[in-house]
Amino acid sequence: MPMTITEKILAKASGRKEVAPGDIVEARVDVAMAHDLTAPLAIDSFRKMGAKRVWDPERVVLLFDHQTPASSIDAAMNHRMIREFAREQNIKHFYDMFAGVCHAVLPERGFAQPGRVVIGADSHSVTYGAFNCFATGVGSTDMAAIFATGKLWFRVPESILVTANGSLKPPVVSKDLILHIIGDFGMDGATYKAVEFKGETFSNMSMDARMTVCNMVVEMGGKNGVMEADTITQQYLEERGVKSVNPVTSDPDAQYVETREYDASALDPQVACPHSVDNVKSVREVEGIEVDQAFIGTCTNGRLEDLEIAAKILKGRRVSARVRLIVVPATYEVYRQALERGLLKIFVDAGALVESPGCGACMGCHIGVVGPGEVSISASNRNFKGRQGSPESEVYLASPATVAASAVEGKITDPREMYG
Amino acid sequence: MAKAWVYGDHVSTDDIIAGRYLAKHDPQEWGRHAMENIDPEFSKRVSPGDVIVAGRDFGCGSSREQAPIALKAAGISAVVAESFARIFYRNAINQGLPVLTCPGIRKEFRNGDEIEIDLKGGVVRNLSAGKEFKVSPLPPFIMEILEAGGLVSHLKKKLEGKR
Ligand code: SF4
Repeated sequence: MPMTITEKILAKASGRKEVAPGDIVEARVDVAMAHDLTAPLAIDSFRKMGAKRVWDPERVVLLFDHQTPASSIDAAMNHRMIREFAREQNIKHFYDMFAGVCHAVLPERGFAQPGRVVIGADSHSVTYGAFNCFATGVGSTDMAAIFATGKLWFRVPESILVTANGSLKPPVVSKDLILHIIGDFGMDGATYKAVEFKGETFSNMSMDARMTVCNMVVEMGGKNGVMEADTITQQYLEERGVKSVNPVTSDPDAQYVETREYDASALDPQVACPHSVDNVKSVREVEGIEVDQAFIGTCTNGRLEDLEIAAKILKGRRVSARVRLIVVPATYEVYRQALERGLLKIFVDAGALVESPGCGACMGCHIGVVGPGEVSISASNRNFKGRQGSPESEVYLASPATVAASAVEGKITDPREMYG
Repeated sequence: MAKAWVYGDHVSTDDIIAGRYLAKHDPQEWGRHAMENIDPEFSKRVSPGDVIVAGRDFGCGSSREQAPIALKAAGISAVVAESFARIFYRNAINQGLPVLTCPGIRKEFRNGDEIEIDLKGGVVRNLSAGKEFKVSPLPPFIMEILEAGGLVSHLKKKLEGKR
């Protein structure tokens, strides 16, 4: 029977020759991750289950990113609880607060590899699909079940095929394309489904750009996003010490429940307007809306390429006096590279605040909380009501280039005017 | 008597429990802030046993398991929606909160209608309107988890059985 990438990976992980959409399988998990806001409940559940040892301390990744350094006594207590658990269980890959946003850290350290099953206690674990693996998010109790048994049940998803052709013209980037796709599908247009990305636009992208695409699959309800592995994937992994990879491809006559095609060459910069991720418009339609906070960072757009394009726009310019621009490199590696390449100086010179690696202002519980009546433009992935603070605030989502340009002008701005 | 709390499409987990409350490790506290971003009255007026009736894509967004925990702590006994986001669906089952999928259900209820749910029979009743609706029965292995009171007790039994 012909199978898709997702079906092949789930078949192998559950010890079957083949699977079909709708089958319930128990899959072996290769890597399991939890962070400071999901690990405490997972540890609670793990103990309540009566489990004593995690199934494989080398396959568990624990780190702090949402509220690090601790932003409250509660956060500090969560951190302490996780530290103790990591020590007690001999967790090999426990990074404490010295790594960054989970979804940028795992790929950087070579955990996301073709053919693997990588599960995180966080919805944006779909990011890893850019590396040709099956990756999805679960809650804390499911994570506890993985900690205890190394396995979890999944329903094999139907697959949707999304193809894109034509090349993006900078400063239009992969974020604009995925926002456009989400606007087209709607925020539940891919619920329970695997979304496979194919075509020259994606194969021409760097891994940083591909991760941005897969990261946002959950915003259209997708269970996982997945891409093919090619020389770009291979090179990224080789640089991170992964010696051999075995790419998984969809059979030519594999079944898709839906196929959509996009032309990337004519795309305007896109903006998702309050309060839903599928409320997507061309930047042309929302230009001029005044903003109070601008934020560049997160698992969506806090990688080196994202900071580079923002720096290109901010170099020699000043952030508007009415705006606070917050820049948070996603990881320590990104932070160090941005430092070495002089990007952080460009940000500081432009009047931005540069914060330590982590989730930053993404979810309204750490730095950069947005107040009532305020407007935020953000390179993150969610703009639900109250996501970044007050329920009376508004969040617009855009690419790092659009956020940087808007920070300079104090209002939503087409970055093409400042790029080049 | 259980009341229905009716909401629209795409109620997100940020709506159910906002990020600012996640660090505090206390279900009662989460219950007190349930639905706060979209319905500040909810936690003050909800009574034990009440049911949420919603449109499409209930529980979209973050994987926070605090969402079904908050609803349970607030007194909610089940959620009936036209469709669910997948992580919320799993989390609710794992927490022992029944989640029933019933296309077209939202327009059949008004806020405050009296509601009754027969989980085994797969029926939702609007007692105020005198109507009843069939829901697709939950798969046996999900019923097993719910009957155990959630995944923790379910796995506990399994793990003990192995020893
Ligand atoms: S950066 Fe934002 S979306 Fe990504 S893991 Fe952190 S809080 Fe979640």
